[in-house]
Amino acid sequence: MYPIERVEPLNAEVTRMVVRAPEIARKIRPGQFIMLRIDECGERIPLTMNECDPKAGTVTIVFQAVGATTMRLAQLKAGDALLDFAGPLGNPTELEGARRACVIGGGLGTAIAYPQAKWLYEHGCEVDVITGFRTKDLILLEDEINACSTRQIVMTDDGSNGNKGLVTQALQQRIDEGADYDLVLAVGPVIMMKFVAATTKPYGIKTLVSMNPLMIDGTGMCGGCRVKVGDEYLHACVDGPDFDGHLVDYDDAMRRGVMYRSFEGAAREAAEGRDCNGGTDGERKGA
Amino acid sequence: MATSYEVNRQKEKVPMPELDPAERAKTFDEVARGYSEEDAMAEARRCIQCPNAPCVGGCPVGVPIPQFIAQVAEGDFARAYAIVKGANALPAICGRVCPQETQCEGVCTRGRNGEPVGIGRLERFVSDWALAHPEEAAVALGKMRDERAACGVVEVEPKDLAGKRVAVIGSGPASLTCAGELAKLGCGVTVFEALHKVGGVLTYGIPEFRLPKALVEREVAELGESGVSFETNALVGKLYDVDELLGERGFDAVFVGTGAGLPSYVGIEGEGLNGVMVANELLTRVNLMKAYEFPEYDTPVYAGKRCVVVGGGNVAMDAARTARRLGADVRVVYRRGREEMPARAEEIHHAEQEGVKFELLTNPVRVLGDDKGWVRGLECVRMELGAPDESGRRRPEAVAGSEFVIDVDMLVIAVGSKTNPLIAQSTSGLEMTSRNLIVADERTCATSKPGVFAGGDAVIGAATVILAMGAGKRAAAGIAEYLASKA
Repeated sequence: MYPIERVEPLNAEVTRMVVRAPEIARKIRPGQFIMLRIDECGERIPLTMNECDPKAGTVTIVFQAVGATTMRLAQLKAGDALLDFAGPLGNPTELEGARRACVIGGGLGTAIAYPQAKWLYEHGCEVDVITGFRTKDLILLEDEINACSTRQIVMTDDGSNGNKGLVTQALQQRIDEGADYDLVLAVGPVIMMKFVAATTKPYGIKTLVSMNPLMIDGTGMCGGCRVKVGDEYLHACVDGPDFDGHLVDYDDAMRRGVMYRSFEGAAREAAEGRDCNGGTDGERKGA
Repeated sequence: MATSYEVNRQKEKVPMPELDPAERAKTFDEVARGYSEEDAMAEARRCIQCPNAPCVGGCPVGVPIPQFIAQVAEGDFARAYAIVKGANALPAICGRVCPQETQCEGVCTRGRNGEPVGIGRLERFVSDWALAHPEEAAVALGKMRDERAACGVVEVEPKDLAGKRVAVIGSGPASLTCAGELAKLGCGVTVFEALHKVGGVLTYGIPEFRLPKALVEREVAELGESGVSFETNALVGKLYDVDELLGERGFDAVFVGTGAGLPSYVGIEGEGLNGVMVANELLTRVNLMKAYEFPEYDTPVYAGKRCVVVGGGNVAMDAARTARRLGADVRVVYRRGREEMPARAEEIHHAEQEGVKFELLTNPVRVLGDDKGWVRGLECVRMELGAPDESGRRRPEAVAGSEFVIDVDMLVIAVGSKTNPLIAQSTSGLEMTSRNLIVADERTCATSKPGVFAGGDAVIGAATVILAMGAGKRAAAGIAEYLASKA
């Protein structure tokens, strides 16, 4: 079992959770992820590391309550525990050598892009961070990012923070102003990553995107997370999750991403009010 | 060896009851129900106790078959179990999933004129009996330990390995066997498993209707009682690496039993369409995650109405029968003929009984999708068998102009699997073949790196449970030898 040390809502939809996992905390690097399972009848879901503290032996995850599992996860409290927490999985983001980087986070992707921005900043890289949200109440990690970036630009779809527009508009503006990036890193909805890559392509700026396909085992065994990159399918869990943004087939990824949408309603309904404590009570079916 | 009972001259095996095909195709309950005590004794009495006992040589872990069968024939099931268990750590599993027709039963003397003795069924019977009578089984095991030499049990040469520690990577059949054998010698064993449940292919791959998971859990729990500890959620190569296990983590030796779990694709257009999956995904969702109980369990599984499974091995049969149970009409597409199918005859027969249809000498050419990107058809071509290839099998060749389309909304690819390169990539000085297989000594399972041993599918590529167990046993002996020489 993996004890939860702290739970903190970051906004109405997004929760930050600090989990005790000393071995993982020692090894995990920016860009890598974990697979977790809440209890015995839970599913495995992938979540990317937001922060780790090797001394304290903790790994922090940030998630948005969008479906049955993340809604249940959001109800857990400090002192509860997760049944399974496996990692580090995937490859760390290749950040070595970047001198002038732009890190772009869309919505929850901001929390996932944060450790990369921090690593780059701490390694002497000039870092612009551009983040995008629907509205100002959903803005994430503004203070944390301020502390580890050369420049932070926060965009909102509705302009409620006085900065209306998409992350790609901000990126284009920075490029037009002469920002000479040698690395752009985008994390967020597939459609956002698609347009970031389309923005950087004419300039030949190296662009990495962190793909977020469906995963089951997360160890390279089942092929559920395959992503079309160039002419071949690669497995995001072992070959990624970062890929060359100019080679990813985003339309293919978006299509595969909705494959299980019709199941999600039923899962949410069933999850409500279910007691599923890992088979210790011996009462639940199949325990 | 003379028999102390009258030999049953029946040419056929005593039949084993099975669930009715129409009924069982709707549930995940075990198909084969096992022998009653009377059935088991009648079948055991078909064994003529021939002096050369070819069956023992046919068993990769060397179970003393005539000895245990004689005890079943006499009705001493506890003692029969103790004899089996002495040589085989997982008898309830082997009795169910071994391809006995090419192993012990394939060389049985009775098989020369009629059916061989049902050795697998009897092994299953005694281990199921022991699970139902744990106290009597434990007493018999204790007694057997005292008189082991007398009954000719083949086992690892006894050495005192108290205080030694071995890390076993992976928890499939090769690893579990290796761990069990080392624990018997007093060695401290820790098994590292990447998934949240132990068992490897026994847990995520082989379906409930062939191998109930509760039974795997019980055989694994028995290993735990013998002193083996398990660390799940531990992907070696990421969380730890082999050098670290041998160094700062203080293990004296490492066994790599990581299997061959990486999916292979056919490599045709349209394999990325929605509704197309590799058999490993279907089986993992259903077996490991219990998706057939969705939404009681959170993991869903997509099942179509018309399913095609591509491939002809046991995994293809498992996938086809699983899809059938999820409500699909299922067809197996295989490029060679029935005789060439690598799946066990019994599995093909079971699939057929359950309504799975076969398109033999047929090869998929292209997957067709609709405008939303879901699979809707599989274009195939008829094949004929040409000249033998380097493996000795006749090479299938496409018949020009024979293309046709099967309507499908679910396509499962079961064309084999490859070895995960993670251990090789993260370990210094480990010699590999061009196919990512670990090079290991056939007798001792030693690799090119001192203190590191390997066996099972990680060394020979995708094969059978019992071959993996045989390798696990040899590796335990090899490790024992290595540790004793270092002491």
